[in-house]
Amino acid sequence: MEGKTHVESLDARHELQVADVSGMPAPAAPDGTTRRMTLNMGPQHPSTHGVLRVVVELDGETIQSARPEIGYLHTGIEKQFEVKKYQQGVPLTDRVDYLANLNNNLCYSLAVERLLQLEIPPKAQWMRVMLCELSRIASHLIWLGTHALDIGAMSVYFYCFREREEILKIFEMFSGQRMMTSYIRIGGLALEPPRGWHKVVSKVVERLAQGIDEYHNLLTSNPIWVNRTKGVGSLPVDLMLELGITGPMIRAAGVKMDSRKDCPHTSYEKFDFEIPIRTANDVFARFEVRMEEMRQSVRIVRQALDGMPSGPWQADAPHVLLPDRERMKTQMESLIYHFKIVTEGFRVPEGSVYQVVESPRGELAYYVVSDGTAQPYRVFMRTPSFGNLQSLGTMLEGVLIADSIAVMGSMDFVLGDVDR
Amino acid sequence: MVVALDEQLPSAIVDASIAVDGLILHIAPKYVEPVCRYLKQQAGFERISAITGVDWWPREPRFEVVYFLHSLRLNTRVRLSVRVREGDPLESICHLWRGANWYEREVFDLFGVEFRNHPNLERILMPSDWEGHPLRKDYPIHGHKYSYQEE
Repeated sequence: MEGKTHVESLDARHELQVADVSGMPAPAAPDGTTRRMTLNMGPQHPSTHGVLRVVVELDGETIQSARPEIGYLHTGIEKQFEVKKYQQGVPLTDRVDYLANLNNNLCYSLAVERLLQLEIPPKAQWMRVMLCELSRIASHLIWLGTHALDIGAMSVYFYCFREREEILKIFEMFSGQRMMTSYIRIGGLALEPPRGWHKVVSKVVERLAQGIDEYHNLLTSNPIWVNRTKGVGSLPVDLMLELGITGPMIRAAGVKMDSRKDCPHTSYEKFDFEIPIRTANDVFARFEVRMEEMRQSVRIVRQALDGMPSGPWQADAPHVLLPDRERMKTQMESLIYHFKIVTEGFRVPEGSVYQVVESPRGELAYYVVSDGTAQPYRVFMRTPSFGNLQSLGTMLEGVLIADSIAVMGSMDFVLGDVDR
Repeated sequence: MVVALDEQLPSAIVDASIAVDGLILHIAPKYVEPVCRYLKQQAGFERISAITGVDWWPREPRFEVVYFLHSLRLNTRVRLSVRVREGDPLESICHLWRGANWYEREVFDLFGVEFRNHPNLERILMPSDWEGHPLRKDYPIHGHKYSYQEE
């Protein structure tokens, strides 16, 4: 391996990709005494949390430079929005960040509702908050399980997935789907909340509250975990802000930035919760921030359970929302509305909106541009993982290979989010 | 703030409007970098949230590049909207916010808008030897062909 970047790949295109790009320093030092090795953490890798390719240059075990390459999961979701009607776009949003479906549904629905100027009833808003917080807990459980697994604590993975199973059962009870629920739609919810949901959710939440504390103690009392995560993966705070890092990573650096408090939406202002902040700015701090976020989410869900308002679960907008099926079968007007909405879709007034919500990974925003027709003109998803992953190259400079896995885990990116 | 900006850089702001969620400033293309520099250094917009494009074909100028800026200190967001014609490059703002890097690459990849002085302007989501810019309105929804296997 003298001086030539070599990538093991059957596809000649990949070799071209690596050898072609400017910006990577030459592998061999000028005096020829140290040699660098180029290692390809290829798209298929258990610890890159999806199809991410990181080309790292190593000097021994220290990374000299890392270049992430994305695009392996790009499916053109943004283009697909342009040929669908607005309500049909909701299932597309599920698949963008497939671990935090409801948060994406919420962001898109809020954006379109703002353009439509729809008034969402309080019950629907509180249900949305409750489900989004459950989705946040589920996403953080996966993060914890996979992060711990990458570092070596295998049993945490099983515990976390077992807890998440209960949350997926709740989603299935509400919408019929475990993951790609599309439950939060334009105008409210997709279906009426099922009978008996209150008891099921409160039981799950009690178990979760205990579980979070158990897993926290399980890991923090383990010296291996503490040694592998403390002091690893820091960047100066202003550089992190400039790089566009959001979410638990920036909160672990001391910046109090959370869209639920900064630009409240969906009645978040009626809930009493805190934004956990740490200042250590390393992988351990990010771990603590996310654990604390899970506890705060449990707190929010408990408040939602206690104070859930009664009333309609959909907005009063017959030109947007499909009528009740019984009414559609018996009343002519409802039938006409149903027909028009299904065949033509509802038209959204011209305009554009940039709606920001807090996804488990950071600042999630949808930029929806409407030209007055029933199909979106442009939908852009500002996904947190894309913004956070940009900084990977900078964050991995000078880090040991073993620590790079910890850093990548603490970044909690999801490739669906990154590539769309 | 808009008035101050207008005084500093006359003729930069072509138009200003209020959208559902805040202020949009329409900027002339060659003033993108000075306006962003002013907003970052003097008006306190430490963060850039995203950069994206919209293709308004067949309206001219064809592309609209939108910059979303966010100020933590003032808790405000502002949108900068720049209309460019096909083939006209824009000045990159990566030296102001390093987080603009991948977003500009994405706009280049999917729309074909070039950014001058970008550290590594190349395709990011599509394969590097792809032809065409997928998010343009005249690019077919299913791509150019159905089978991409090497013949």
